[in-house]
Amino acid sequence: MAWFRRKQNPQAPTPNEQRTVKTEGLFAKCDGCGQSLFIKELEDNLHVCPKCNHHNRISAVDRLHLIFDDEAWVEWDANLASNDPLNFFDKKSYAERLQAMQESTGLLDALITGEGQVGGYPTIICSIELAFVGGSIGSVVGEKISRAIERALDKRAALLIFSASGGMRMQEGVMSLMQMAKISAGLARLDEQGLPFISVLTDPTTGGVTASFAMLGDLNIAEPGAQIGFAGPRVIEQTIRQKLPEGFQRSEFLLEHGMLDAVVERKDLKKFIISALDFMLKKP
Amino acid sequence: MAEKKMQLDPRDNDSMTDIRRRILESEEANLTLDTHTPSVWERVKLARHKDRPYTLDYVESLFTEFVEIHGDRRFGDDHAMIAGFAKFHDQPCVIIGHQKGRTTKQRQFRNFGQAKPEGYRKALRLMKFAEKFNRPIFTFIDTQGAYPGIDAEERGQAEAIAYNLREMARLRVPVIVTVIGEGGSGGALAIGVGDKILMLENSFYSVISPEGCASILWRDASFAEQAAQALKLTAQDLLAFGLIDKIVPEPKGGAHTDEGKMAEILDAALQEALQEISRLSDAERVERRYQKFRAMGEFEERHTQGVAGK
Repeated sequence: MAWFRRKQNPQAPTPNEQRTVKTEGLFAKCDGCGQSLFIKELEDNLHVCPKCNHHNRISAVDRLHLIFDDEAWVEWDANLASNDPLNFFDKKSYAERLQAMQESTGLLDALITGEGQVGGYPTIICSIELAFVGGSIGSVVGEKISRAIERALDKRAALLIFSASGGMRMQEGVMSLMQMAKISAGLARLDEQGLPFISVLTDPTTGGVTASFAMLGDLNIAEPGAQIGFAGPRVIEQTIRQKLPEGFQRSEFLLEHGMLDAVVERKDLKKFIISALDFMLKKP
Repeated sequence: MAEKKMQLDPRDNDSMTDIRRRILESEEANLTLDTHTPSVWERVKLARHKDRPYTLDYVESLFTEFVEIHGDRRFGDDHAMIAGFAKFHDQPCVIIGHQKGRTTKQRQFRNFGQAKPEGYRKALRLMKFAEKFNRPIFTFIDTQGAYPGIDAEERGQAEAIAYNLREMARLRVPVIVTVIGEGGSGGALAIGVGDKILMLENSFYSVISPEGCASILWRDASFAEQAAQALKLTAQDLLAFGLIDKIVPEPKGGAHTDEGKMAEILDAALQEALQEISRLSDAERVERRYQKFRAMGEFEERHTQGVAGK
């Protein structure tokens, strides 16, 4: 009853309009439970919902901040860009799409490579930006990861790849498909040289990314609740004509089926990686 | 009435079912191509043609003493993937290939040429077998793509393909890949990392099926023909991009019009490819294979700053 009365006689000293202005930018909605949360609170919690533990998606560059010692690194190959080899055109031209993506993300393509230290170990991190054409892999991303592998070989550094991708980039045709083979061939060399490669799968990792480097780590780990798979759920549903089971293609499902080595919460990720590197490498 | 029925079962009306129906239809398409060079779309239909020679047809016409080897020693035997050893002009070799079926029953038995993880694992097992005994490997690509299903996902379709890509890159024996029909994305590439990559004149190789591409980018699978154009998926396109080594010509009207002639032409091409790579040392061959894939892709270098760390 009291609540009802209060609504009839608003106590707020400022009109509604002004209140809206004041709260703008303070709240964000959790993608998991839909709760409104203080952005500050969410940020302090690494964009993991304090209510439901949903790991909200974060940008490629935030991943580097999260893992590198002192949040410091040197970026490599930031100047590589697609030259639209197929001159691809659907409803819109690929060139236009690229330009729009470059403007909105501030990146030339869907991957950032950084070199720095993790737990004191020399490490190269490649991080895929999902916001750039769905984190899809074309020639540029393929080349950047290949160069990162070569740099790791050269400097005897560890390699970490954060995946968040819809798969290969259709607009670059079979050339993008071949990036799967190109990157995997590079990883064979890293493997032969006894250098560590840790693959971190985040929401979502599907298609040709899962079917190449994301599954080729010495360790393949994932954040909780991430969608991970080869074929998209819709494609599967319509091929087999049944509903998919609850939790299908989530990290926990893959863990249960033996396809992941561990599911690691974002707050524990750096610690996990350092203990893995402690095992894999000589103390720096 | 028909319209009403479709509404009752919305699944019959959705885009994916539409894609499967369209692909099946294109396998049954009637083509008369004696008088002109086929268009991109005609090539897609030729590549899928139900009378086109499949892997086992070439096994019969090009090889002798074929012994089929089954199973991945993990889970099962995948009938969409053929593996075994045979002789190619008296030389022992391993053969790997996707296998489609022609009749409804065969199609189901072969799962429409769509392999599951056990198929890719069987393929790699036989490739390692070839490596141990120092024999060359011939692979034949002809698939819509790897099978998208719950069981395939549970058993690690992605991991199986990924592992093949990495291991094929470092096989010490010669690997000759031929795309004989459909080169459907990751499911094709999973047996496609080799020293020589050949494509039959009317085959195609693509990152996604034209129908799948159209349903995503045009939001309508009926734009498959436009998508096929845009994807640049023909043997001629791939040769121009430097992604394959050779186009194997087909008899006029397509491989299915004269299977004997087709086998003769392919036989010569395979012999030539094998001779060429057999001359190299193992180390040279592996290095060249690496460099071959390393060079794939096109991009430009600009003058911009990246996102710098603090």
